[in-house]
Amino acid sequence: MLFAHGFGCDQTMWRHVAPAFSDRFRVITFDLVGAGGSDPAAWDPVKYSSLEGYAEDVVELVRDLDLHDVVLVGHSVSAMIGALAHVREPERFERLVMVGPSPRYLDDDGYVGGFSPDAIEELLESLSSNYLGWSTAMAPVIVGNPERPDLGEELADAFCRMDPAIARVFARATFLTDTRDVLPRISVPTLVMQCADDVIAPRRVGEYVADAIPRSTLVLMRATGHCPNLSAPEETVDVIRSYLDGAAA
Amino acid sequence: MSQIRAAEAFADALLEDDPVALYDRAPCGYLSTAPDGTVVKTNSTFLTLTGFTAEEVVGRRLVDFLTPGGRIFHETHYAPLLRLQGAVRELAVDLVGRDGTRIPVLLNATVDRDERGRERVVRIAAFDARERRRYERELLRATQEAQRAQQEAEAARAAAEAAERHSRAMVGTLQDTLVPRALPEADGLELAGAYRPAGDGREVGGDFYDAFVVEDDECWLVLGDVSGKGVDAAVVTAMVRNGARTLALSLPPHHREPSEVLRRLDQLLDHHETARFCTAAVLRLRRSVGGWSATYASGGHPPLVVRPAAGRSRLVEVSGQVLGVLPTGEFEQRELFVGAGDTLLLYTDGVTESRRQRELYGDARMLAAVDAAGAGAPAVVAALLDDVMRFGGALPRDDIACLAATAR
Repeated sequence: MLFAHGFGCDQTMWRHVAPAFSDRFRVITFDLVGAGGSDPAAWDPVKYSSLEGYAEDVVELVRDLDLHDVVLVGHSVSAMIGALAHVREPERFERLVMVGPSPRYLDDDGYVGGFSPDAIEELLESLSSNYLGWSTAMAPVIVGNPERPDLGEELADAFCRMDPAIARVFARATFLTDTRDVLPRISVPTLVMQCADDVIAPRRVGEYVADAIPRSTLVLMRATGHCPNLSAPEETVDVIRSYLDGAAA
Repeated sequence: MSQIRAAEAFADALLEDDPVALYDRAPCGYLSTAPDGTVVKTNSTFLTLTGFTAEEVVGRRLVDFLTPGGRIFHETHYAPLLRLQGAVRELAVDLVGRDGTRIPVLLNATVDRDERGRERVVRIAAFDARERRRYERELLRATQEAQRAQQEAEAARAAAEAAERHSRAMVGTLQDTLVPRALPEADGLELAGAYRPAGDGREVGGDFYDAFVVEDDECWLVLGDVSGKGVDAAVVTAMVRNGARTLALSLPPHHREPSEVLRRLDQLLDHHETARFCTAAVLRLRRSVGGWSATYASGGHPPLVVRPAAGRSRLVEVSGQVLGVLPTGEFEQRELFVGAGDTLLLYTDGVTESRRQRELYGDARMLAAVDAAGAGAPAVVAALLDDVMRFGGALPRDDIACLAATAR
């Protein structure tokens, strides 16, 4: 099982979920390039200005580790990154699990993604104002401590920290993208997990995703918000487990 | 203003030691939410800040008071951070007030847990950050503008460099058309030429020369100077150079005279739409007993240098006007005998009019340099060029061209 984190954080997001599957699966979590403890030198503003760049990395990871029958669990934008990776290399993947997916965040000609271009501009501004404290002097400290046990009070916010320049590129790639055409090309069974009251990926988007994927199962969760992997890890684990059990049966 | 009033009220509450007032009139907005984000309690400072009533706030979620962009930030950053660390500090977001105005605030939040570690309540303090945010935006804008200016400067520099490379390549190509890539081999004659563009060579000049063998026993040297510089001067220069060659090669033998070539070049230039004029010197060398017989004509060009195998160099001047001015020009021809070791030298005024401050290089220095040179055309050309460059500096003001022939 390969766990991919979403925009805004890093693989820490999976810490209450991924271990629950280690009894039956080889569990792999990783940081997307630009996030968490990834190598700053690997960052490339052109490659990572589109989700394809991240998908390419997932394919590379799967090839390098020579993984087969992969269950790819993608949260938020990584649900679509996972879908792109699967389309690139279909034979490696057995199943996709999408947590709070959205193939298109912007409203678009009858499609309701939930956001206007202005909102994305606001987000970019939020990123800028919230990263004022980011300094290049601090970056190596944060990046150099991927295990982040006790970084001290000053670095308490090191979780989910990202170079603001990188965050902006990633935010654009995430929120301005349109990957709706990828959904019908997903050929493996796919679980779509939809939270209640998710302002990022509203329920009708989850339903749209489930409708567009040929072999999909939509599960509406009790958990609210956009990050059930943090707010409701037990329910998240249960939903994924029953889906995989059901599939096995 | 509301902050100041709140601060006064807070000070009163402190004096009175009234915990309810301390909460209600604190100098920051308070929100308490359930773990799912639903607001369960707030204070008057928050209500004053946003313009809502308590009924409008309690029961809604924190995200409902944020801008759409702020909601994304909340869900992707604030919420995960809160869950992972149990606290968030100095999160910069905009609240949307009751009347739709945006109120920049800084949020601090902590999670309260019960004895079993389950989240019980999230306590949020909202600090009015309007002034601070305005300052930060200025700061951010300044930073972004500085970055943009830097990027623009870099782009401009790259573009300028590309243009410069392009123009150098073009100048190089054009200059290739002004002088031959290699001088011809003529048995019994030693030829040498040199060309230095003016300045740093970025501009193509009007000087040219050419040398070609008509028959085994006849060799022509042509050297000239078209007025002006730049690409359009170069076009005329190429025309004159190729015109001279074409004329010399195509005229019937009894008309194949330097003066006739100049006369026809004169007409050619006169008929051409260009307003440019040109000086040119033409030398025809025919093999004869014991050396070469030279025929020299000039269209307003500086005199020919004759360096005999023994003795001092001298200038040979013939009459003839500048080409392209009055097409009725007559061109005098002079016959000279070139014996073994004698050298004839053609040059442009870039040599004699080379300057050191207000001082001209002049004929005397040129003749002295030619006399001091070693034997043979290459040595003479090299010595003269070297002397001129030393006199006038490494970046000559005008093009310099010279072409020499020595009889063996």
